[in-house]
Amino acid sequence: MGLIPKIPMAEWISAATDWVTDTFEFLFDFIKNDFGDFIEMFAEEWLMSIPIWLFILIVGVLAFFVSGKKFGLTAFSVIGLWFIANQELWAELMNTFTLVIFASLISVIIGVPFGIWMAKSKLAETILTPILDFMQTMPAFVYLIPAVAFFSIGMVPGVAASVIFATPPTVRFTNLGIRQVSHELIEASDSFGTTGVQKLFKVQLPMAKKTIMAGINQTVMLALSMVVIASMIGAKGLGQTVITGLQRADVGTGFVAGLGIVILAIIIDRFTQNLNTQRGD
Amino acid sequence: MPIIQVENLSKIFGKQAKKATKYLDEGLSKEEILEKTGNTVGVNRASFDVEEGEIFVIMGLSGSGKSTLVRLVNRLIEPTEGSVYIDGQDLAKMDSQNLRKVRREKLSMVFQKFALFPHRTILENAEFGLEVQGVNKEERKKRAKESLEMVGLGGYINQFPRQLSGGMQQRVGLARALANDPEVLLMDEAFSALDPLIRKEMQDELLELQETMKKTILFITHDLDEALRIGDRIALMKDGKIVQIGTPEEILVNPANDYVEKFVEDVDRSKVLTAEHIMKRPETVDIEKHGPRTALERMRKEGLSTIYVTDAKRNLHGYVTAEDVSEAAKKDVKELKGILRTDIPKASKDTSMNEIFELIHDAPVPVAVIEDGKLKGIIVKGAVIAALAGSEVNLNGSDS
Repeated sequence: MGLIPKIPMAEWISAATDWVTDTFEFLFDFIKNDFGDFIEMFAEEWLMSIPIWLFILIVGVLAFFVSGKKFGLTAFSVIGLWFIANQELWAELMNTFTLVIFASLISVIIGVPFGIWMAKSKLAETILTPILDFMQTMPAFVYLIPAVAFFSIGMVPGVAASVIFATPPTVRFTNLGIRQVSHELIEASDSFGTTGVQKLFKVQLPMAKKTIMAGINQTVMLALSMVVIASMIGAKGLGQTVITGLQRADVGTGFVAGLGIVILAIIIDRFTQNLNTQRGD
Repeated sequence: MPIIQVENLSKIFGKQAKKATKYLDEGLSKEEILEKTGNTVGVNRASFDVEEGEIFVIMGLSGSGKSTLVRLVNRLIEPTEGSVYIDGQDLAKMDSQNLRKVRREKLSMVFQKFALFPHRTILENAEFGLEVQGVNKEERKKRAKESLEMVGLGGYINQFPRQLSGGMQQRVGLARALANDPEVLLMDEAFSALDPLIRKEMQDELLELQETMKKTILFITHDLDEALRIGDRIALMKDGKIVQIGTPEEILVNPANDYVEKFVEDVDRSKVLTAEHIMKRPETVDIEKHGPRTALERMRKEGLSTIYVTDAKRNLHGYVTAEDVSEAAKKDVKELKGILRTDIPKASKDTSMNEIFELIHDAPVPVAVIEDGKLKGIIVKGAVIAALAGSEVNLNGSDS
């Protein structure tokens, strides 16, 4: 070991993070404050202002139509949500829901363009593939550290850490979906003189829609799986209740909150899956 | 000027294209180049012209480079060398903006596996080319509908491709290509994925459409029967090279080399050859000048049992039999008019062999080939059989 001294990797990374924190302080402050306020407003003023019974009713009706007028999903959604309300976890549920919505939305907004870029450029694919691998294999806890450095604690760093963890499937599936469009259809499109943009919006994206939606579904599920981890840095919601249960060795509380997350996961999953239909199928 | 001019067009697949083209110029074969460079010769210095309104068929077995060649014509594949002139503009050297313009306005393509967009309705599929051009919604709907009606699919506009049979899907493919009103239609094995009956139907329909629309069509096929059926001219390809270009007759009758000959051997000649190819110059007598004695004399000399009677302008009047003529000669009749028979089996120059077969089967006399009332030639049973056996065909028709 002696010949080469220990490379100060950790120091370098810390120094780099410090530099980024200082240099982009204005940006981080803006996100932390304004975006943070917006999230808070979304959860506490909008979602929580809806009466619980009305919220459950709306979800039930949506479930009915989204599932093709079947009662299974409707019944599950209504009973599941009622159970969470009954356990007095409604505010936590709304916070968790907000975290998942924002993390997923941002992931999709970032992920789809990167996926398109990856599909269109071999170079981009070569560069992005290992980065995506890195993002998915790095233990999710690690993301909490820079998230706290940039955004201190609360919902915003929770969303940020979730975005890093949840974006890769959308990027990958978008890339895959576009690349899967058959060669002959691309030729057909080209033969009519489409520009790159026309080809993308008229042929590639519509045909990749199903695959992209499957990726988005994965993204949402990953964002949801970050809920508990994000609550360690102060993101409010069901995750916080789980952590509290853990700290107090209170199995019951922890389990009930966990059950709430599962119910939310199943409802979101079935909703996104049922919405994933393609024209002409 | 020809609408498509292809000059020395080559495509090498691989990384050493320059080296490979040099070898091509030195005359090395496809195999030798593959061995030396690891590159595949897709198309080897192909040259041909397609005239306006012509159906030009490129025919070859799989791997002969025909599909590559058609994709070089609209530059879906980048040529390694050579030029493709469409209306005098070289596509091979065009920038991408002009290339798009040519593709939008002048060239449309029909694909082997239809290549319809599954997420678009039939109407939306037919609209695609116009939509890409930026034609407004109403106009493009109208034109797409017209195009679909032309191929007999007016009633299916709101269906999705998946709901249609193969033959119908390809009609949509054709309608989509025609909606743009292109000058040139590129058809890449357009009917090969269809079952034989539907294929034939589509061929007939294409020919029927062509009567009115008079497009220039570059048609790719591996099926010689199809090539002979619809092609005005045919280019035969082997190993990326064009080995012969000619009308169906020329290819059948004068195969350029062993390869073409082998190809042509299996063709059902009865479908391709017509009366013109097997007729002979007729022996006739003149109704005004000649009497029974001359007729009898001529028949004896040629060993005939019947002879056709015409006038000086070769208008056909009928025929006489040896028996009638000798009877008349005995009675010292001077004219042929009284013994003229008119139950003549008639054909025109482009009557097919199949029809001639039926005509000739129980005819007492050779089949008369007539054009504008004039006798152009006769067909005897022996010639039909010989032609089907693949010999004794004369390309020029009139004399042998």
